[in-house]
Amino acid sequence: MKPDYISITEQPIDYTALTERVRSNQCGAVVLFMGTVREMTSGRQTIALDYEVYPEMAQQMMRQLITEARDQWAIQVVAIEHRIGHLGLGEISVAIAVSSPHRNEAFEAGRFLIDRLKEIVPIWKKENWSDGTTEWEHPEIEAK
Amino acid sequence: MTVQQIQIKLFARARELAESELISVSVEEQATVAQLRLAMAKQFPQLQPLSSQLLIAVDNAYAGEDQSLNTQQEVACFPPVSGG
Repeated sequence: MKPDYISITEQPIDYTALTERVRSNQCGAVVLFMGTVREMTSGRQTIALDYEVYPEMAQQMMRQLITEARDQWAIQVVAIEHRIGHLGLGEISVAIAVSSPHRNEAFEAGRFLIDRLKEIVPIWKKENWSDGTTEWEHPEIEAK
Repeated sequence: MTVQQIQIKLFARARELAESELISVSVEEQATVAQLRLAMAKQFPQLQPLSSQLLIAVDNAYAGEDQSLNTQQEVACFPPVSGG
């Protein structure tokens, strides 16, 4: 069986390569989630996002996410990659690929992994608004 | 009472408010995370805008308020996370 994969990178995410890391003959399903940089938030225009990470703890928490998902669903391989640094509109900030023998587990685990990542992995984004101001995103006011 | 210096890594808005990636906070030996918060608020008042929202991690895991601290541990402080 292929190993799980965790990565934090400043380079563009190769989501095809990430997906290949989880495919296998034992699995009938692969789910890929990608988070991408959105232009409009509550009527305000984003130019770019800057991501900062606490690398050692982020890796630890990403491993914990996978453990928590595997405790709940019969999934086979998980691959998670988060990009940091300066990202323009439409660029991929995070990609999560999950494989499982049957599709329900991959869908549910994929949803759990991105939701949980946003709760516990120490990464922060800063908005660069079109009016020239910047602002660290505050999770409590973010639309789910 | 012996005083120890706890080095704290800061991230995101906490780092910007303190204008430093690493601060040193004086606390009594065996101080808890809750006591560290009080000491940090006094010694670094510029972190006040984040105050109660700040999270504390010890050795790469989220810390409970009653956890006691020593200088061998890696301590970090940051606002709620917003990755993804």
